[in-house]
Amino acid sequence: MGVSPAPAVLARAAEAVPWWRNRRVLPWLVQLGVALVVLLLVAFLLGNLIRNLTAAGLLLSWNWLGQPAGFDIAETVLPFQASDPYWRGLASGLVNTLRVVLSGLVGSTLLGTLLGMASFSGNGLLRGLTRVYVEVVRNIPLLLQLVFWYFVVFLSLPNGTAAIQLPGVVLAKSGLYLAGFGEGLRWLGPQLVNGVWQAPLRLSVEFGALLTGLIAYSSAFIAEVVRGGIAAVPRGQWEAASSLGLSWFQSLRQVVLPQALRVIVPGLNTQYISLAKNSSLAVAVGYTDLYSVAETSLNQTGRAVEVVLLLLGTYLVLDLFISLIMNGLNRWIQIKER
Amino acid sequence: MNPLLGRLRKELFATPLDGLITVVLAALIGAGGFSLLHWASSQARWAVIRANSTLFAVGRYPIEQQWRLWLLVALMAAGTGLIWGLLRSHPRPDRGGLLWPRNDWIALVLLLVAGLALPMALGLGLAIQLRWWALAWLLVAVRWWAGRFGPGLSPMVKRLLPLLLPVLYGLGLLLINGGLGLVAVSPAEWGGLLLTLLEASFAILLCFPLGVLLALGRRSDLPLLRWGSVVYIEFIRGAPLITLLFLGQNMLGFLLPGGLAPERVWRAAWVLTLFAAAYLAEAVRSGLAAVPRGQLEAARSLGMSMPQAFLTVVLPQALRVALPTMVGQFISLLQDTTLLSLIGLMELLGTARTVMANPEFLGRNAEVYFTLAVLFWCCCAALGLGSRALERRLDPSAIARSG
Repeated sequence: MGVSPAPAVLARAAEAVPWWRNRRVLPWLVQLGVALVVLLLVAFLLGNLIRNLTAAGLLLSWNWLGQPAGFDIAETVLPFQASDPYWRGLASGLVNTLRVVLSGLVGSTLLGTLLGMASFSGNGLLRGLTRVYVEVVRNIPLLLQLVFWYFVVFLSLPNGTAAIQLPGVVLAKSGLYLAGFGEGLRWLGPQLVNGVWQAPLRLSVEFGALLTGLIAYSSAFIAEVVRGGIAAVPRGQWEAASSLGLSWFQSLRQVVLPQALRVIVPGLNTQYISLAKNSSLAVAVGYTDLYSVAETSLNQTGRAVEVVLLLLGTYLVLDLFISLIMNGLNRWIQIKER
Repeated sequence: MNPLLGRLRKELFATPLDGLITVVLAALIGAGGFSLLHWASSQARWAVIRANSTLFAVGRYPIEQQWRLWLLVALMAAGTGLIWGLLRSHPRPDRGGLLWPRNDWIALVLLLVAGLALPMALGLGLAIQLRWWALAWLLVAVRWWAGRFGPGLSPMVKRLLPLLLPVLYGLGLLLINGGLGLVAVSPAEWGGLLLTLLEASFAILLCFPLGVLLALGRRSDLPLLRWGSVVYIEFIRGAPLITLLFLGQNMLGFLLPGGLAPERVWRAAWVLTLFAAAYLAEAVRSGLAAVPRGQLEAARSLGMSMPQAFLTVVLPQALRVALPTMVGQFISLLQDTTLLSLIGLMELLGTARTVMANPEFLGRNAEVYFTLAVLFWCCCAALGLGSRALERRLDPSAIARSG
């Protein structure tokens, strides 16, 4: 402590430690080594890439994006024909992806929150059933669930008059028909015209199967996030709320959930991002999302590097966008302490 | 009133609304269960599973070489029995030194029943049924032997035992792949459950060291290491797995010098590994963050070197905290192997596709998907159960209580 070591001891210690084990030098040596290895690896890979691409005559170029695509997309919001250029096809695919991701986010949040709340219900049967649902859905691969929804459920829907008719909704093999505003803002339900269903809003079975599968899968994970959030609120809060005369639902909505949200939102962020990424499995049920269009484009043009870069970049931006919004939400709901 | 009845009433019929919910739910469950049973017993045609059971199990693996896979299963059964028996033979005060606790009896009976009933239900040949039954007994016999004579093994042998698992894995790969005098079987002929388990186990084993290194890199004080790890982890976590698999299949040929790119099966295995490592790194990082700094400092002040302190003091505690998350990652990795069917590999789902494309079994989607779902569910649920059991075993407060 107060006694400093004799200069001779220090000198001996300095002699014993070689310069490359000096505490100031060592970290830099390690970093230099790692950087060298990484750089060599990258240089090796890039060198091969350029050499192989040149040999195949596929050196990085984006001109192909302007050439006519030559394939059709079955279902588009952004109009697209075979004579349109590739970039328009990719944009249509992106819009299709965004469509299913947005509807999936809304649907799975609603269902997941309901399930998460139900796991705190006083009814034992309801609690057990939510548990079973979560355990079943989480332990079966999403892709398997998607093909199940598509090939087993949606493709075996009946057509014509035998179609499943609910108020305002008709489920048929030819598509899902929803009521909506027709011409002149008249409320219009699905109608059978010459054996073919017609409605203001038609969704394809591919979209239906993908959306159902994604919502069923994500809601199980969101239910767990919501359950964790509610469980993190101390029991005393429930008891205090009910001793103030609030009902179960009132105490949940007005006392517990606002506090639970602070735990729930970061977890939701993760789930939303994986929902966005999972939407790329659309290709298994024949829904033309961004990945599916990109795959077709690659098969036609052979532009592997460009297509992969476009795909990775787009999904990264989508994830960042979701994170940005959720982080904003997170800041907004945090407790403001002065 | 009967206490059970009273509890049921409180749980199910506390208020009129509760009662209504219970009745509606019970009716729904009853109707759903009945229609499922009705479908499974009278409408479903299970011949599609029976006729293709070999295809689902090992794909197009050549019949004359399948004895190697039987040998592998026998080795796995013996290895499982060995580990099980050795774990039980350790004297544990909380178990009262029981070599055969009640749970083990249940597991044992279930195992023997499954070994008898499942092959029979699948309608396999009598010789194959007998083989499965014998394998189940082999596991039991080795477990008994290990439990009985395990404690008497010399310490030298005990120290070498952990090496058994990697050796067994390498031997398994050799048996599957061929080499060293065995006829080589091309990876293109592997399929079904064999390929699924191979890809998943390969990725799980290799992503572990990679993930730990990445987690260390991300927590490092050296800016270059930290930023490198962050960029890698976030890049991988930002991309859907299918695009990465797509990259592996389409770009790896360009990235490596001609002819060096591995077989499609191995490409996919490496992509899965690199993918899982990024997620595992995040799990390990949260575990490392949970270990107080004082642990490292205390170990260092005892005179341990930095790697020694880290490996024997910090990492074990961090991994214990990270265990549930890590097993969760492994479970989703096992599920993610289904994506390989989208890039044309014949794992379980890919095999299912080829089976259903066969005109003889056209339209038998429900039976095939149902079977695969049950299979995956059992594997994943077993992993989850195992993780929870391990968690309880490693819980420091429980260990302290049992002395």
